[in-house]
Amino acid sequence: MMRWIFGIMLAVTGMLSLVAAAMADDAYPERPVLLMVSYGAGGATDFQARIVTLAAGEEDMLAQPIAIVNKPGAGGRVGWNWFATEAEADGYTLAAYNIPHFVAQSIKGGVQYSADSFEPIANWGADPAVFVVGKDSAFNSMSDVITFAKENPGKLTFSGAGLFVGHHIAALQIEKAAGVKMAYIPTKGGGAAAMKAVIAGDVLAGVNNLSDAFRAREAGDVKILGVADLERNDFLPDVPTMMEQGLDVDNASVNFRGVMAPKGTPQAIIDKLAATLPKMFEHKNVVKRMKAGGSPMHIMTREEVQAMWAKRQETLSELLKGL
Amino acid sequence: MEFLYYFDEVFEPIALMLLIGGTIGGLILGATPGLSPTMAVALLIPFTFHLEPAQGLILLGAAYTSTVAGGAVSAILLRIPGAPANIATAIDGYEMARRGRGALALQLSFLSSAVGGVIGVLLLIFLTPVLARWALAFGPSHLFWLAILGVTIIGTLGSGSIVKGLLSGCIGFWLSTIGFDDILGVQRFVFHPVVSGGVNIIPALIGLFAIPQVITIFAKGRGRTDLEVARVASHPIGAAIGELSQRPRALAIGTVTGAIIGLIPGVGGQIAGLVAYDQTKKFSRNPESFGKGEPDGVIAAEAANNAMVGPSLAPLLTLSIPGSPTAAVLLGGLLIHGIFPGSDLFERHPEVAWTFINSMLLGQILMLVFGLYIAGAAARVAQAPQQVMAAIVLALAVFGAYSVQHSMGDVYVMAFLGVAMYFLERFGYSAAPIVLGLILGPIAEANFVQGAMIANASVGLANYFFSGWLNLTLIAIVLLSIMFPLVRQLRFGGTVGAAKI
Repeated sequence: MMRWIFGIMLAVTGMLSLVAAAMADDAYPERPVLLMVSYGAGGATDFQARIVTLAAGEEDMLAQPIAIVNKPGAGGRVGWNWFATEAEADGYTLAAYNIPHFVAQSIKGGVQYSADSFEPIANWGADPAVFVVGKDSAFNSMSDVITFAKENPGKLTFSGAGLFVGHHIAALQIEKAAGVKMAYIPTKGGGAAAMKAVIAGDVLAGVNNLSDAFRAREAGDVKILGVADLERNDFLPDVPTMMEQGLDVDNASVNFRGVMAPKGTPQAIIDKLAATLPKMFEHKNVVKRMKAGGSPMHIMTREEVQAMWAKRQETLSELLKGL
Repeated sequence: MEFLYYFDEVFEPIALMLLIGGTIGGLILGATPGLSPTMAVALLIPFTFHLEPAQGLILLGAAYTSTVAGGAVSAILLRIPGAPANIATAIDGYEMARRGRGALALQLSFLSSAVGGVIGVLLLIFLTPVLARWALAFGPSHLFWLAILGVTIIGTLGSGSIVKGLLSGCIGFWLSTIGFDDILGVQRFVFHPVVSGGVNIIPALIGLFAIPQVITIFAKGRGRTDLEVARVASHPIGAAIGELSQRPRALAIGTVTGAIIGLIPGVGGQIAGLVAYDQTKKFSRNPESFGKGEPDGVIAAEAANNAMVGPSLAPLLTLSIPGSPTAAVLLGGLLIHGIFPGSDLFERHPEVAWTFINSMLLGQILMLVFGLYIAGAAARVAQAPQQVMAAIVLALAVFGAYSVQHSMGDVYVMAFLGVAMYFLERFGYSAAPIVLGLILGPIAEANFVQGAMIANASVGLANYFFSGWLNLTLIAIVLLSIMFPLVRQLRFGGTVGAAKI
């Protein structure tokens, strides 16, 4: 008898929770949503995530605020490991992604995630890597740089923010395209430390974020020699791309930033987020502040991001082979 | 003197309200364990979205200065340094509080913070371009030698014995290697995912300093008569000012050291207080009283950590290079309003730049006023029965460790290090050198690896690290710093005794 009662109770509870789950999908979100950023407070990703989620609370958006949680460490690996293994797939925990960082890290190994661990929602920004030199440098174009590197193999020092990040990818692509060997110096402390090394003359050149390089050029500290993207950037219309300068470097190193959910999040919630978030990124306050901060926006839908992820996976596997 | 023209902006009603609010809020956030100045400023950034650029920066500037000073409150009363900047304050400040002189310790800490802070900001006002160039002069080889200079004080810091001090430093170094190495991207000593991101400095600080204290109190048991309840001697502010004016040496060493070290990108804020503490001890007439509640220790540490605030912003304001994590957050606060720092910041946006600097100047004074006001009340905390205090400290320690990045892993790390430290302390090791090793390890390592990579591609290792006046000067200071105590021992007391080594 007891067993029967227990069985019925179990069945009822199960059904109730199913119904509740279905209803929850409709009403989503009923409480504030967390967005995990795997870099520290004040960094570019954190800074932009705080801006693009400004409008989440408005009625025609999510009608609930999005709160930022930082889980920095090991170049983003700590946060994304946590997100892939521990975050609940209920739509209330989202994360910011950085491409090519997490794809490159998963190819290199030693982490608990890959592109298959996450569901992309939407992309908000794209920060291409650029090649910078100090303002008094003798280099005035990429061909000057390549000529020097050919005459002095392995002697051209250039900085970037660590290994298996956009800067490193751009560095590898430039070396491969020109067929030269240069000395890539990964710095600890992100793009700012790498930029300091260029301005102070610790290194001869550097790869850095377009947004930071743009500011440094405005301040009169650096020259920007090339953009590692498919076309020129609105912030720097006078700077030619690598391709224009005869280097076969595509946009594989562009730092794409966007929002993703853990694998297993209910489809209804993913659809709702995928429909709402691009709208939210286009909000006039968001666009105004992003522009003011010199952060290039690039809004992409879920389908576009899925295609972009797949392409990166392919290019990066090829590039990082044998490293 | 241009900054004087912009002072009236700070006194506008809204600006003044923000300044007062930022200062009081900053003191409270600073006194809360686990909330470092960087986090406090980052938390405030969203509020500045709705303000004018100058007003937003007033809020951030006031919060920055007062959180650094507020960290002293928990360091002195609870032995929980709010941030690495307050480690040295905890050493003698807590001892003073235990002896019933907590009110004096707090007053001295706020007074010397204000003196150091005002001088730091004045340096920023008058010498910004010079300071920024000076900050750029430090390349990887110089930062490496600087970290080594920091290592030389490990042996003399806190522990009675040099060998135990050095051993503690090595433990700190080892802890700092745990996790992913950012430069080469390899894992080291990651036996559990909790530490895959390395040992976070704030939970480590809390664990190493606060937990052994808690265990000691619990271990004594209830109802024992030898439980010390500190009788708080209330202390008039006038007398505190008198006390401070009799100790100009500590104040001067603290301010100068803090201002110079604060300038160096990536190193400054974290170790300014500790280096100043060590220098003051070396130049003191009675160095043996340090660690036993010596007011000079509190004065030097607090003067240094606030003197560093002004100069640390010079590279940010003129070169757009954030020299510290907090400066990076402030950069975000500037960018959000479309203000790009750079050498022409003071020409293009004088009202914003000068209002920001002025607010930090006025913020120091307000911080002093409110700080002294709460010092009297806060010191009574030490009067609570010790068992109750221990429970509160334990709760705050867990809260502080968790709040850094919302991670239980940090709480486990904090607890583990705390328990380990309890046993280490019983064998005469102390926490300060461990923390210093934890801070300096990554600086020394990263700069050595980077320097070596650059050197191998250019002039060669020996040339890179051993030439140039700045390298040679730093090496000379390192050698002096090692020789000084040795010479002193040889001259004054040949018989140091085995126990001391």
